[in-house]
Amino acid sequence: MKKLLTVGVLCAALAAPVLADTTKVGFVYIGPVGDHGWTYTHDLARKAVEAEFGDAVQTSYVENVGYGADAERVMTQMALSGTNLIFATSFGYGPDVNTVAARFPNVAFEHATGYIQEADNVSLYNARFYEGRAVIGHIAGRMTQTNKVGYIASFPIPEVIMGINSAYLHAKAVNPDVEFNVVWVYSWYDPAQEAAAAEALIEQGADVLMQHTDSTAPLTVAQDAGIMAFGQASDMSAFAPESHLTGITDVWAPYYIDRVRAVKEGTWKAGNVWHGIVDGMVGFAPMSERIPEDVRAEAEGMIAAIAAGEYHPFTGPINKQDGTPWLAEGETAPDGDLLSKDFYVEGITSDIPN
Amino acid sequence: MIRLEKRKEPSKFWRIANPFLAVALTMLAGAVMFAILGKDPIVAIRLIFFDPIFSETFGSYSRPQLLIKSAPLILIAVGLAIGFKANIWNIGAEGQYIIGALFGAGVALAFFPAPGWYIFPLMVVAGAFGGFLWAMIPAILKTRFNTNEILVSLLLVYVAEKILAAMALGLMRNPDIPGFPGSRDLRRYEAAHNAEIFANTGIHWGVVAALIAVIFAYAMMTRHMLGYHVRLAGQAPRAARFGGVSPARLVVICLGISGALAGLAGMFEVSGPGGQVRIEFASGYGFTAIIVAFLGRLNPIGIVLAGLLLGLTYIGGELSQMMLQLPSASIQVFQGMLLFFLLALDFQTNYRLRLTRGARA
Repeated sequence: MKKLLTVGVLCAALAAPVLADTTKVGFVYIGPVGDHGWTYTHDLARKAVEAEFGDAVQTSYVENVGYGADAERVMTQMALSGTNLIFATSFGYGPDVNTVAARFPNVAFEHATGYIQEADNVSLYNARFYEGRAVIGHIAGRMTQTNKVGYIASFPIPEVIMGINSAYLHAKAVNPDVEFNVVWVYSWYDPAQEAAAAEALIEQGADVLMQHTDSTAPLTVAQDAGIMAFGQASDMSAFAPESHLTGITDVWAPYYIDRVRAVKEGTWKAGNVWHGIVDGMVGFAPMSERIPEDVRAEAEGMIAAIAAGEYHPFTGPINKQDGTPWLAEGETAPDGDLLSKDFYVEGITSDIPN
Repeated sequence: MIRLEKRKEPSKFWRIANPFLAVALTMLAGAVMFAILGKDPIVAIRLIFFDPIFSETFGSYSRPQLLIKSAPLILIAVGLAIGFKANIWNIGAEGQYIIGALFGAGVALAFFPAPGWYIFPLMVVAGAFGGFLWAMIPAILKTRFNTNEILVSLLLVYVAEKILAAMALGLMRNPDIPGFPGSRDLRRYEAAHNAEIFANTGIHWGVVAALIAVIFAYAMMTRHMLGYHVRLAGQAPRAARFGGVSPARLVVICLGISGALAGLAGMFEVSGPGGQVRIEFASGYGFTAIIVAFLGRLNPIGIVLAGLLLGLTYIGGELSQMMLQLPSASIQVFQGMLLFFLLALDFQTNYRLRLTRGARA
């Protein structure tokens, strides 16, 4: 009965989108809501929006939406059904968001991790995950016994490459002998491939795993192999109680609640934000008992320093992989550089696939 | 006591009736599944099957979208069905679709930014050729080394996906946007854009090509010698051999046609609705087309209906997710059930259930 009512309300809202004081918010997800990674965290934020506004806001989502024609169709249908604000939560939706936004100037669009802003109702938001990578890189450098860190990477795009660079630099700073092995799985979510990559890395001698993919499979493999690993996107400790050291968590709720409120109050304007630890968008899963007291204190010190703006994870001198200088002594990386950078820093031995 | 009895002749009635029955059973089983998920089953079924076409809010947008979604399915399925009739199993249309798209996009990117009416026709030829070439690998391996075309064509899908990723990251990457994978947007390159022929109808050149392919396939299967050979090879391989049909030639022709059509579908997609070469370009059309071919009874006209139906479940599936928060996996289950029920029902095309009294085992 409640479901029927909901549909009834929907139909009423469709008939008179202007009159409705319920704000309708749609979410487009690249993966399944149960991935316990990227999409899961966006869905947590969606639920937080519902909890915050109650009946004044109605949310809907579509999961496993591919880039291109499918994304365009889903967003168009959302706009047609009277949705006021659409969160497109994956990098690859860029062209589609802008196409649909141009067609529906009265709908607000928020695109995660994107870079295309052609219509003035398209907002971009992103998190400074490299700040988190610096912290877990530091912990990895201190914790590894074999001096080999395994890194499961998705796609060779700036976002992922800057994460590898950040983690490597901070592992190297505390452990000059550390080596990073990177395996590219060319997917954001593919449990089987991620597990295979984890196994390959362990065979090559890695005793700490990091991932820039969304499934919990690498953690499960790490748990079985008795080595250490970092989670991704959400607190994944339940999947590897002994192995899980900590992990970067994606905290979208404050930003989403903010933007929904802006739409409700009619103050929404397209922006372009890149939020970090200080804004609460980049968080950490609880640190495991396995991390010694002093290492934990160092990590927490680094988190505090980054949050206070006293420390930037990319502070020179840093050379590019080929030995040419990138950042001079004391210089910090400009955001533009980070967002378009597709080179490794000096010391990483493998090549970026091309 | 119930006994199974083989029919002397496959039942014509059930051949036609089964697809409709399968759809009805899928709706029924789907309704039960939705009810278990705690959703109103009637609303869910209505959202999937009726609202994309009849809803006032969505209809005017969804109807053209139905053509966009169904055209590649139909184009691929028509080709597959010809092979399936001859017992030649091309399971790798997805790979041929990808390679066709890469060939088509390759031509476009090579000419960029030159104008020219000849660019798009060249892309069409290149797309078909790319798919054809990719299908020739299992064809030649089968005719030369007697490998299994099911395995080879399927495994080549994964090879094609890797080539696609390499192209999106390397050779075909848009040089104007450093650091990001993906080619130029072909929709913004007029000479290469597979645009709508009539605005807001969803009819692009891929839809036209699907229609032509259906007509040709129908004529070939019913009127042409080749169609007769295909049917003969499928129903009575020995008789076909005595009748002078070369199995090797048939393998090459069937895989070639289906590969070329899948390649065309990929080319029309990448230059139109898809827009660009991206790592995630392939979306499973090549696999769904197998369901379409069987649901359409390997008959070109049936395939048109089946393609439209599957297209509908995609679009309606999204609507039901959006409005009812059905999980996206339930739509895949739905599509799977369709094939499952059809295959199960087909049992009674060849067998009949007999009630016998007093029989003992």
